[in-house]
Amino acid sequence: MYKFFLAIFLLFLSSCNVSQLNNPYAETETNLSILYSSFSERPKHLDPAVSYSANENVFIGQIYEPPFQYHYLKRPYQLEPLTAVKMPDVQFFNKQGDRIKGEVSADKVAYTDYIIEIKPGIQYQPHPAFIEANRKLTATQIESIEELGDFSQQGTRELIAEDYILQIKRLAHPKIQSPIAGVMKNYIEGFAEFSQQVANKDRTAITAIALSGVEVLGRYRYKIRIKGKYPQFKFWLAMPFFAPMPWEADVFYQQQGLSDKNITLDWFPIGTGPYYLTENNPNQRMIMTKNPHYHSDFYPTEGEEGDKEKGLLADAGKAIPFIDKVVYILEKENIPYWNKFLQGYFDASGISSNSFDQAIQFTGSGGVQLTESMKEQGIQLQTAVTPTIYYMGFNMLDSVVGGDSERARKLRQAVSIALDYEEYISIFMNGRGVAPQGMLPPGMYGYQDGKAGMNPYVYDWVKGKYQRKSIETAEKLLAEAGYANGVDPETSEALVLYFDSSSVTADGRPQMNWYRKQFKKLGIKLIVRPTDYNRFQDKMRNGSIQLFVLGWNADYPDPENFFFLLYGPNGKVKYGGENAVNYNSAEFDQLFEQMRNMDDGSQRFQIIQQLQQIIRRDAPWAFAFHPKSFSLYHSWYHNLKPNLMANNTLKYKKIDAVERSAKREQWNQAIFWPLLIAFLLFVLLLFPAVKAFQNRAKETVK
Amino acid sequence: MIQYIIRRFLYALPILLGVNILTFILFFVVNSPDDMARMQLGHKHVTEQAVQNWKHQQGYDLPLLWNPQAEASEKLTETIFYQKSMSLFLFDFGISESGRNIGADIKQRMWPSLSIALPSLFVGLLVNISVALMMVLFRNTYLEFSSIVLCVVLMSISSLFYIIGGQFFIGKLLKLVPISGYDTGLSAIKFLILPVLISVISGIGSGARWYRTLFLEEVEKDYVRTARAKGLTETQVLFKHVLKNAMIPILTGVVVVLPLLFMGSLIMESFFSIPGLGSYTIDAINRQDFAIVRSMVFLGSVLYIVGLILTDISYSFVDPRVRLT
Repeated sequence: MYKFFLAIFLLFLSSCNVSQLNNPYAETETNLSILYSSFSERPKHLDPAVSYSANENVFIGQIYEPPFQYHYLKRPYQLEPLTAVKMPDVQFFNKQGDRIKGEVSADKVAYTDYIIEIKPGIQYQPHPAFIEANRKLTATQIESIEELGDFSQQGTRELIAEDYILQIKRLAHPKIQSPIAGVMKNYIEGFAEFSQQVANKDRTAITAIALSGVEVLGRYRYKIRIKGKYPQFKFWLAMPFFAPMPWEADVFYQQQGLSDKNITLDWFPIGTGPYYLTENNPNQRMIMTKNPHYHSDFYPTEGEEGDKEKGLLADAGKAIPFIDKVVYILEKENIPYWNKFLQGYFDASGISSNSFDQAIQFTGSGGVQLTESMKEQGIQLQTAVTPTIYYMGFNMLDSVVGGDSERARKLRQAVSIALDYEEYISIFMNGRGVAPQGMLPPGMYGYQDGKAGMNPYVYDWVKGKYQRKSIETAEKLLAEAGYANGVDPETSEALVLYFDSSSVTADGRPQMNWYRKQFKKLGIKLIVRPTDYNRFQDKMRNGSIQLFVLGWNADYPDPENFFFLLYGPNGKVKYGGENAVNYNSAEFDQLFEQMRNMDDGSQRFQIIQQLQQIIRRDAPWAFAFHPKSFSLYHSWYHNLKPNLMANNTLKYKKIDAVERSAKREQWNQAIFWPLLIAFLLFVLLLFPAVKAFQNRAKETVK
Repeated sequence: MIQYIIRRFLYALPILLGVNILTFILFFVVNSPDDMARMQLGHKHVTEQAVQNWKHQQGYDLPLLWNPQAEASEKLTETIFYQKSMSLFLFDFGISESGRNIGADIKQRMWPSLSIALPSLFVGLLVNISVALMMVLFRNTYLEFSSIVLCVVLMSISSLFYIIGGQFFIGKLLKLVPISGYDTGLSAIKFLILPVLISVISGIGSGARWYRTLFLEEVEKDYVRTARAKGLTETQVLFKHVLKNAMIPILTGVVVVLPLLFMGSLIMESFFSIPGLGSYTIDAINRQDFAIVRSMVFLGSVLYIVGLILTDISYSFVDPRVRLT
C-alpha cells in the first residue's frame, strides 16, 4: 500500500510542471499573443455617449472608432483620419448664409459646417444585434439567454454616415444622460431643441426625428453644423462620444428582459474598432479579442525625431493590431498586482509608493533610473508629464483671499511662494511631478520652457534653472498686503485661513500637516476643515469655501481647455461652471474669447503668453504640480511610447509571447524544500506528543 | 415547529421594515439625490440641468418619505422610499444606479464568496476541533501550555499580516500557487488553496481556544467520570462522549453563521481578487449607489434572521430537551 501511494505521489510530481504551479492563466495560453492587464475598479459605463472616465476609455477606446484619432508617434499631438477619408472639410458661413473663405475671424462667423467623409467598406464587429431575428426575441427565447455569447448567430454590417448622426442624436437624448450634452447644446445647432423634443420619447424613436444641426449627405458623408466658430470641435471628433452607433443596437438592447441579465449597451458595446468585448464580467475579468472584421489599418511610417533610433518605427507600415487578445483582470490591491508583475504574469505596471524604492533610484544629477534588480529582469521604464494640473484655489469671492484688490493679490502671491511644491513633490510623490510655471503643462500648445516661460511672481531664474523665491520675499509681500509677520491687523493675532479638504484621512494627515507648516512659515494659521466629498461640492457651489486643492485633466491638447477654467462666465457660484475659484477679470475674459476661436499661429501664441502672465500676477491659483506618470513594462512588450491624448493605442503595441514564456519559466520554478522541512518539523513535534499520549494512556489511578 | 417558524418569519417583517427605514434615513442624511446624481454623472461639465435630468430619469425627484402634494395613499407611495425600498420585500432588488441588475450581480458574486467561505469554515472547524481536542487530551502538560501560548500569538496577529505574509511566502517565494486570481469550475482550486489555508491558520488561535473551553467544561462533568470509571480509554472518552456533547454549542455556533457566508469577506476577496460579495457593499457606499446599499443591507438582515431561526431549529435537533412551540 505504501509503495502504491508513493508511486501515485511521484507520478503526480512528474506530471506537474513546477514552473507553472503559480501561473494564474491556462497553460494553453502560454505562447499566444495575449496581453495581460488589470483594472482595479469596474467601469461604470461602456456606452460611448455616457462614458467619460479614463478607466472606461481603456476599453471603449479600442472598440469604438470616432472619425479622427491622434497620431501615435508625432509630437505635439496631431489629429489624423481614423474612419474618415481625410480631415474634415470646415466651411464658415456668415449671418446671411454666405460662405466665408480665406482668413476667418470669429466675429464674422455665424455657423461652421464640418463635412466628414468616411471610408467605405468598414464593417462592425460580430454581434447578435445585426441578425434580424435577434431583434425580435420572444420572452421564452430571452429566458434561455444568460449572456451575449449564448446567441448562436452573430452578424455584421457596413458602417455608414447615418450611424455617426444617430450617435450625435443619442448625445442629446435626456434618457441617455450624456455628460457632454450640456456642453454640446452650446455648439451643435438645434441640439437643445432636439433634446426637448425627444425628452419623453423612447431611445429607439430618435432615428426618425431630425436634428437640424446634423445631416446625412450620402452613404458615407455627413455634416455637423456648429454655432459660430469653435476650432476645438475637431478634438471632440476624436473622442468616443462621436463614435458611430448602429440603429440596431438600441433596438436589440431595448428588448424586455435583456437588461435583467445585465445585457445592455452599457456593458456590451458594438463598434468597428480593432477589438471587441468577448467576455464582460466586470466583477472578475473582461476580455477583448481582435475584431475579425477590422478594416485595414497600418502602423505609422513616421514619427518624431529619435523614434527610429528607439525602434519605434521597426513595424512601420505593418498591418495592425498585433496583439490577438487582451485580458483585463480585476486586481484591487497593489501588492499582489506588483508581485504578479515581477513574476511576469502582468505585462505592465504602474509604481505604487510601496514599491517605488524597489523599482526606481535617483541618479546623482536628480534623474531617475531603474534599480539593478529591475534591470536584471529587463524591465523598461517610461515616464511622461501628464496633461493635468493640480492647484490650490483661492475663492475669489472670499473677503480675505479673494477679490481684485492689491492687498488680496499680494496675499495670494505670498502664499504661492510659501507653498514649496517642489518639497511636496519630493516628499509625497517620490519626485513624480513637475512644479508648474503657469496653467499649461509641458507639451501643450502655448507652453514655453526656460526663462521665457517662468512665473516671475514665484520664481527667479538662477543658473539656468527655476528657483522658488525666498520666504523673505513672501514675507515682504505679506507685509505689503497689510499682514506683517502674518498678523491680521483687525484681530492683532495671526491671520487665520481655512482649508477645506475631503482627503483628511489617516493617509492624508501628513499632507495636511505639510500645508499647515507652509502657512506657518508666513506666520499664518491654517485651519484644515475635513469635509466629506458631498459637502465639499456643496461648499464649492455656494462659494462658502476659502482654500481648496483641485485638479484638471485635459480633454484635448489645446490651451483653451485649461484657460476656460478661469473664464468669468464659467464661474462656479454664479453660473455653475468649471471656474471653481470664481475668477472674474475683464482683461482675461476678453483675451480668452479672442484666443479660443483663433487658429494656432504667432498671434495666438502671444495671447496665450499674455493670459499666462495675467494668471501669474492675479494668482487665483497657487500652481501645485503636473503629475508625472511612471510605467514599467517587461522586455517582451514593444512599440511603447506614452501618448496621453489617444485612448486607442493598444492596436500599435506588440507582445513577444515566446520571450515571455521563456522568462516566466525561468522566473517561476517552484521551491519545495521549505515544505519538506516544515513537514519534518511537524513530525518531530508530533513524536513527543504521541509518546506523552501513550504514557498517559498507560497511567493507572494512584 | 412549523407554527413557530411562521411566527418567527412574521416577527421578522417589522424588523426588516425598521432596517429598511433606518438604512434609508442614514443614507440620505449623508447623501442627497443631488449628490448621487453628481457622483454618477462624473466631475466634468455637469450642469444643473443634467443633475435634474438624472434625478427625473432615476426617480429621485420625488420627496423622500412623505409627499404632501399627492392625494390620499399616494402621499406615501409617491415617495423615494416607497418606490425604491418596498420592492425589496418581494426580493426584487432592482437596477443599480450604474444600470446593472442587482439580483443578477448577487447571484453571480455569491458563488465565489461561498467557494472560499465554505471550505474555510469546514476545514477550519476540523482543524480547530482537532487542535482543541489535542489540547484537552494533553491538558496540564507542556504541550497544552505551549499550544495555548501559540494560540494567543496566532490570535494577536492581524489577518492582513497572514494574507500579505502568505502571499509573499507561498505565492512569491515558493511559487507554489498563484498569488491572486479566480477562475470557474475545477480551475478555481489552485486559486482557492492559499486563501483557504490562510483563513484556516488565522482562525486557529481563537477557534481552538474557544473549543478547548467547551471541551474542558464537558470533561469535568459526571458522565465523563462515569465513562472513565467504566474503563474507557481517554480517546474513547473524548471522541465518543465529550465531543458529542460539546457539539451542541459548536453546531449552533456554526449554523448561525452559515447564511452569512454568502456575504463574503472584504479583505480576503480584495487581496486575492476573488469576485465575491465581500466588497460589493463597500464599493456601493463609495459610489453612493443607494440601490445596492439598500439591497445588501436588506439581504444581510434577512440572512441574519434566517441564521437565528436555523439556530433555534438546530437546538431542537441536537438537544432533545429543547422543544419549539
